[in-house]
Amino acid sequence: MSERVFITGLGMISACGNNVKEVLESILALKTGIADINYLSSVHKNAIPVCEVKLSNEQLGKVAEVENVQNFTRSALLGIIAAKEALKSASIENVNELRTGLISATTVGGMDRSENFYNSFFNDKESGKLIDIVNHDCGDSTERIADALGIKEFVTTISTACSSSANSIMFGARLIKNNILDRVVVGGTDALTRFTLNGFNSLMILDPTGCKPFDENRAGLTIGEGSGFIVIESEKAIKASGKKVYCELTGYGNACDAFHQTASSPDGNGAFLAMEKALKLSGLKADEIDYINVHGTGTSNNDLSEGIAIDRIFSGNVPKFSSTKPFTGHTLGATGGIEAVLSILAIENGIVYPNLRFTEQMKELNFKPNTELITHCEVNHVLSNSFGFGGNNSSLIFSKC
Amino acid sequence: MEAFITGLGNISPQNTLDNTKFLEEIVDYPSAFLKSIDPNYKDFVGPILIRRMSHIIKMGVAAGMTALKDAQVEQPDAIITGTGLGCIEDTENFLGAIIENNERLLTPTPFIQSTHNTISAQIALLLKCNNYNSTYVHRGFSFETALLDAMLQIDEGTCNSVLVGGVDEITQNTFKITERLGLWKKGAISTINLLNYKTKGSITGEGASFFVLSDKNNGNAYAKIKGLKTFYKPENNAAIQENIENFLEANSLNANDIDLVVLGYNGDIRFDGAYDYVKETIFSKSNISYFKNLCGEYHTAGAFALWVAAKAIKNQEIPKAISIRKTDKSEIKNVLIYNHYLNINHSLTLLSKC
Repeated sequence: MSERVFITGLGMISACGNNVKEVLESILALKTGIADINYLSSVHKNAIPVCEVKLSNEQLGKVAEVENVQNFTRSALLGIIAAKEALKSASIENVNELRTGLISATTVGGMDRSENFYNSFFNDKESGKLIDIVNHDCGDSTERIADALGIKEFVTTISTACSSSANSIMFGARLIKNNILDRVVVGGTDALTRFTLNGFNSLMILDPTGCKPFDENRAGLTIGEGSGFIVIESEKAIKASGKKVYCELTGYGNACDAFHQTASSPDGNGAFLAMEKALKLSGLKADEIDYINVHGTGTSNNDLSEGIAIDRIFSGNVPKFSSTKPFTGHTLGATGGIEAVLSILAIENGIVYPNLRFTEQMKELNFKPNTELITHCEVNHVLSNSFGFGGNNSSLIFSKC
Repeated sequence: MEAFITGLGNISPQNTLDNTKFLEEIVDYPSAFLKSIDPNYKDFVGPILIRRMSHIIKMGVAAGMTALKDAQVEQPDAIITGTGLGCIEDTENFLGAIIENNERLLTPTPFIQSTHNTISAQIALLLKCNNYNSTYVHRGFSFETALLDAMLQIDEGTCNSVLVGGVDEITQNTFKITERLGLWKKGAISTINLLNYKTKGSITGEGASFFVLSDKNNGNAYAKIKGLKTFYKPENNAAIQENIENFLEANSLNANDIDLVVLGYNGDIRFDGAYDYVKETIFSKSNISYFKNLCGEYHTAGAFALWVAAKAIKNQEIPKAISIRKTDKSEIKNVLIYNHYLNINHSLTLLSKC
């Protein structure tokens, strides 16, 4: 278990851009991905803003380089694009040269197509196109990605709501440390669906004006879609290849809030434990963290609970932090992957992201998020939080090496 | 990698929840749709909570609690679940409401309970357990990767005991859809005689099979799990054979050391060829059994197989209803489970007598 885990590749697609470079440029230009619904068919069009990837399925199919795009769900297409980019950036040409795995994460899988199927099926059990339902389950998008990448050695999928991708990164790291795999493509993908849009809307936690994380007047989240993957490799693998390393995954922690199916505990206990475990594993002291990419959804409940947990972990001495969800939206099962990529880019480029759309400090907290784009700064250690329904909370720590 | 199975909790289409018994009375079903035999769930969860729980959550919680009680563990150090389709009943309910009400005035409860991690989360909530909690959702790898995670937790020394399970439910709708996809046998059958038909289509089932894995034998362990391997889309039988032989070798065993092979035969002639092959080649001298004539085919049926293997070792018995080949091997020391889902997700699990 002494094995170290390094990041060698990055890939993502979100409402801010279709690859790592585009997303980063949007963020540096302070451009939000929040906009009206364009592609999703929903009665909430023009009423609830979202963070939709600005490409149709046909266009995504071209970027993903797949044939017969009608056989793919949107989650699968997004995932293939980000995972391929990650593999390419890690300069991996022959995936089967080493024991290479894929661990993806998703919350809705092929729901974007199932919705169409059930529209007909509920009226007549003999109707509904079967091609719209065969890809419903969460494993489908992962297998599509695995096949696009040629990965056979190890394939699985995690679904722990909005912490899914963080857990896929964590499990991948453990498989490397346990000498089961040499390198793993880890992250997640989720498309925008009527199911999740209406789900969060029924909970009345979608901000009609767009999310304002950690703001006193925050009124909910902005749902998004996208995919984020990173390639992690063992120390042995990178020594053999001598390839460029972005940084190291030094810590991770998973804890369960065990308070309520959807609400976070008032003392942020699950969040506290996840961060504490990650710090302990990394061997870092809390004051060594330079930046926290917070979960920061913009819901009243999450930001308060997470804020209190952060205050407890850092004993009032809170480092710079921001939520990048005002750029990308809350991409559910993909969020841990996308935010891992952003955390790594913060280290790589010496940036601290601004918490866009923030105006007023929360009354319950005596600290506020970073609101300016900071460049040319030293970022050595980044903590990334992902928390989900069911109290499934996970934290990751990326460190410069 | 080694962990002891110290607790069982199995809700299935058979009478499997009583841990003192091992398939004494077999239930034969007349069609391809095997529903779970449900206990009185109020014995496991309070009446207010139980009303809100869908069938899959009830099965998962009751099976999980039974396994913990069996192992005399109050707070596991991790809770890990595998499920192929997750909370499909609540998913369908919410989808139906979206369609019926044209996306307006929806009740959030089915949405809240539709997420795949609800079972792990509900068990944690009932136990007030803040420890590691995760859910795997990958077809025929769902349970097997949950089990791998659990084994690693023990191996890494971070956990003394882990609650791990596989759970899936079928609804009338999912049955209908998968039937239209050609997955199940049509018309009247006797499920117990699944292998007699030699036709296309299997039978489907549901259930929740939970286990407590421990780093130590509490003196009453059923068996120990010694290895686990998943492999994806093997090209042919030779690739399957290579995977099995490498797996045995990695565990310092050869085919003759395996006393019982539990195979995932599901009665669909399109998918049973791999089992015929390993039965007649690698394991031509081992006892052979199967299990899907009891529980049906579903993403996490492998969890039912683990229950069969653990009980067979503990009781030193292979029930007649699942036996395919009986040899004169007198002791069941090593058991290998080989299962695959639609020839895509293949898995090997090795168990030994404690």
